[in-house]
Amino acid sequence: MFIIDYIKDIFKGLKSLLTGMKITGYYFTHHKEIITEQYPDNRATLKMADRFRGEVVMIHDEDNEHACTGCSACELACPNGTIKIINKFDVNAEGKKKKAIDTFIYHLELCTMCNLCIVACPTDTIKMEPNFEHSVYDRSKLTKVLNRPGSKIKAGVE
Amino acid sequence: MFEELGTTAEGDMLINIGPQHPATHGVLHLVMTLNGETIKKTEPHLGYIHRSIEKMCESLTYRQFVYVTSRMDYLSSHINNHGCSLAVEKAMQIEVPERAQVIRVIMDELTRIASHELWWGAMAMDLGAFTPFFYSFRERETITDIMEETCGARLTMNYICPGGVMMDLHPDFQKRVKSFIALFKSKFDEYNELVTGNIIFQNRMKGVGVLSKEDAISYGCTGPTARGSGVSSDIRKLYPYEVYSKVQFDEVLETGGDSFSRYMVRINEMLQSIKIIEQLIDNIPEGEFQAKTKAVLKLPKGEFYQRVETARGELGIYIVSEGGTTPHRIKFRSPGFSNLSALGHMVKGSKIGDLVATMGTLDLVIPDIDR
Amino acid sequence: MLSLENITNAVHEWLNATLNPTLALLSEFVIVGVLAIALFAVLGLSLVLMERKVAAFIQIRLGPNRVGPFGMFQTVADTLKLIMKEGLTPDGADKFLFNLAPYIVMIAAMMLLAPIAFAKGFQIWDINIGVLFLTAVSSISVIGILMAGWASNNKYSLLGAMRSGAQIVSYELSAGLSIITIVILTGSLQISDIINAQANGWWIFKGHIPVLISFVIFIIAVTAETNRAPFDLAEAESELTAGFHTEYSGMKFALFFLAEYINIFIACAIGATLFLGGWMPFHIGHWEAFNHIMDFIPSSFWFIGKTFFLIFLMMWFRWTFPRLRIDQLLNLEWKYLLPISLVNLLVVALMAVMGWHF
Repeated sequence: MFIIDYIKDIFKGLKSLLTGMKITGYYFTHHKEIITEQYPDNRATLKMADRFRGEVVMIHDEDNEHACTGCSACELACPNGTIKIINKFDVNAEGKKKKAIDTFIYHLELCTMCNLCIVACPTDTIKMEPNFEHSVYDRSKLTKVLNRPGSKIKAGVE
Repeated sequence: MFEELGTTAEGDMLINIGPQHPATHGVLHLVMTLNGETIKKTEPHLGYIHRSIEKMCESLTYRQFVYVTSRMDYLSSHINNHGCSLAVEKAMQIEVPERAQVIRVIMDELTRIASHELWWGAMAMDLGAFTPFFYSFRERETITDIMEETCGARLTMNYICPGGVMMDLHPDFQKRVKSFIALFKSKFDEYNELVTGNIIFQNRMKGVGVLSKEDAISYGCTGPTARGSGVSSDIRKLYPYEVYSKVQFDEVLETGGDSFSRYMVRINEMLQSIKIIEQLIDNIPEGEFQAKTKAVLKLPKGEFYQRVETARGELGIYIVSEGGTTPHRIKFRSPGFSNLSALGHMVKGSKIGDLVATMGTLDLVIPDIDR
Repeated sequence: MLSLENITNAVHEWLNATLNPTLALLSEFVIVGVLAIALFAVLGLSLVLMERKVAAFIQIRLGPNRVGPFGMFQTVADTLKLIMKEGLTPDGADKFLFNLAPYIVMIAAMMLLAPIAFAKGFQIWDINIGVLFLTAVSSISVIGILMAGWASNNKYSLLGAMRSGAQIVSYELSAGLSIITIVILTGSLQISDIINAQANGWWIFKGHIPVLISFVIFIIAVTAETNRAPFDLAEAESELTAGFHTEYSGMKFALFFLAEYINIFIACAIGATLFLGGWMPFHIGHWEAFNHIMDFIPSSFWFIGKTFFLIFLMMWFRWTFPRLRIDQLLNLEWKYLLPISLVNLLVVALMAVMGWHF
């Protein structure tokens, strides 16, 4: 009986090894299963998901106007000090002083893409862009100003 | 003096496994006392990736501290966020809409599958088989793609927030989850044929790193590590949260207590997760995905505790509130820490190869242990 | 027909005609030496590339594909990098042994090349104890590995070297026993005799099941002897980082790496010679036309083809199976392979005496 068990063991072991080899052999011969994406080459066809959080941008329309009132809700919502808002006072047509945004500083190098600023924004003026190619040689280039030069707040946004 | 020479007074060899070592999956440092190849003593040294997350949370508001917990056990980040959100909701008595609850549970289970897939590949790699890693990542990639589409990120999602979820589901979500389930089921047999049934693999795993039921309890092991020893410890069954009480699934229990039992628990847990998702994916109720909450959350004075079942075991979130907008103290009871503490007991007297096999089935994520 | 045999004969005659016999012999030595080193370089580069490509396709990847067409020059680039790297000798290492070890491993691998018949009549040294020479010299490399592990002054290296010592010494037994089955059937230790005995059919077909068993055992044993997965305990990446060559860098590491692949080639070449008929073409009984077509394929192609088939088999093993533990490895040898090959040897001896083979 011992001999029979011994031989059975060997054949069971060999069979399990061959089943494993069958699977790897299948993938070796079926090259259409290859899943490699050749990244820099497929830039043209590579499409990120719409919601992918790559960086924060401010939405500007064609008149170079945005909806940021400078309320700094995003600055307060940010857990790690990524956003810094500097405000100024505009004088409008009626000669009244009005708070407006001067500079919207965004530290991409500190950002963890947690989306809390986007949720906090009352006027939906900032959003996440699916751009992920952020590598630069100089760290200071990652500190960005989000409001474009010369841009101003849209009329009617409070 | 002997330690400088790398030997103990009895002439045993002292060897450092880690902090940079392929088998420790991170910066775990094990000081081992070896007699030849036989392990006499194992001493884990922690602290290489300590980021003081608990202290950090004390300066963040209740909305902000949730995202930090993604960085603890990064393989079950959804579940960590879920636990924190539940703790806050419990304290503030926020009623979470049904839709958000179902979404949360589906996301949790997807995360669990993704985590187990990664564990499966990495564990096979520890044992010297490199190929399973790529096969499991192929399926895991589908999950991360689903996450990317709905949550906007692939690893540290920060999707579940106090009051519900951050965004509504992507319109393609249900379709893609269903196609993932079909894909997973078609590939699952491959896993068993390639690894589970393999005679070398079975010999490496069976009878290795045995943890008895009593030891599992006294070391405070949870999750698949405890369930492999026959300890019923599934928080989803014992203290159901969200819609877990309404779905049908089995708590996977094995009684062997060895590495193979823990392996089988995790493998079968993936199937149970699929079962849960299948029950929920067609029954996501319509409605709000977020409860109406104030912009700044203020917890009442008191102490709050919430536990959730992550892919590795029980995660406990303990919040002490003084009534302000930030917590007074936060304590995380992480599953990896307790599971790791049993390692020295499990590998005593076995070979170095067994250490790798045992550590593989504990499924350690070092940032979870150190925080 | 242009064959390697004619070329070597022509060169031999030309050298003897122009130079006196001593000088001709010396220049033949030089030519053979240069050719052997060139073969080493080419084999090392191509086998590493092959391994990476096979691994990639099995792992649903593409593998090297940037340097040259299909990544063909990737290994050349890697070698250039290794040559330019600093060869560090760690502090506290036994400097002499540490630096000597890679050369011993390399020289052992080179010596094995001598009795191998690459094609019809194309053999460096048709020694009459060819098979014995191969088994004897192949055990030298373990000394190099032990030396490397001991001299590195690193505990991982030491563990790896000790594992490797136990492993190679035990697996040599069953490798030797399965080689002996063929020696019994042939009645000669000489490589050319063994190949000629397979003119009417390879041993793996002529020898029925016993030779098939010894072929399987041979493949398992040489996989273990060359320290390849699933028997790569000496390196055991996830346990001992890189085992016995943890401390080596630069060209000294490259020599170990190269020797590993040359050893694979030679082990597979021996397997092809003993069991698959060496350079003998594939013949089926009395199918004259088929046999004639097969004869048109040059003998060197047959040899290289068979060898690479076996190499592929070993790569296939490597990328499928998990690693064994050290005690299981020794169990496999002493409880399974050795008894089976001993019984098998008796069966083959009986078969040879009774003339039951074709």
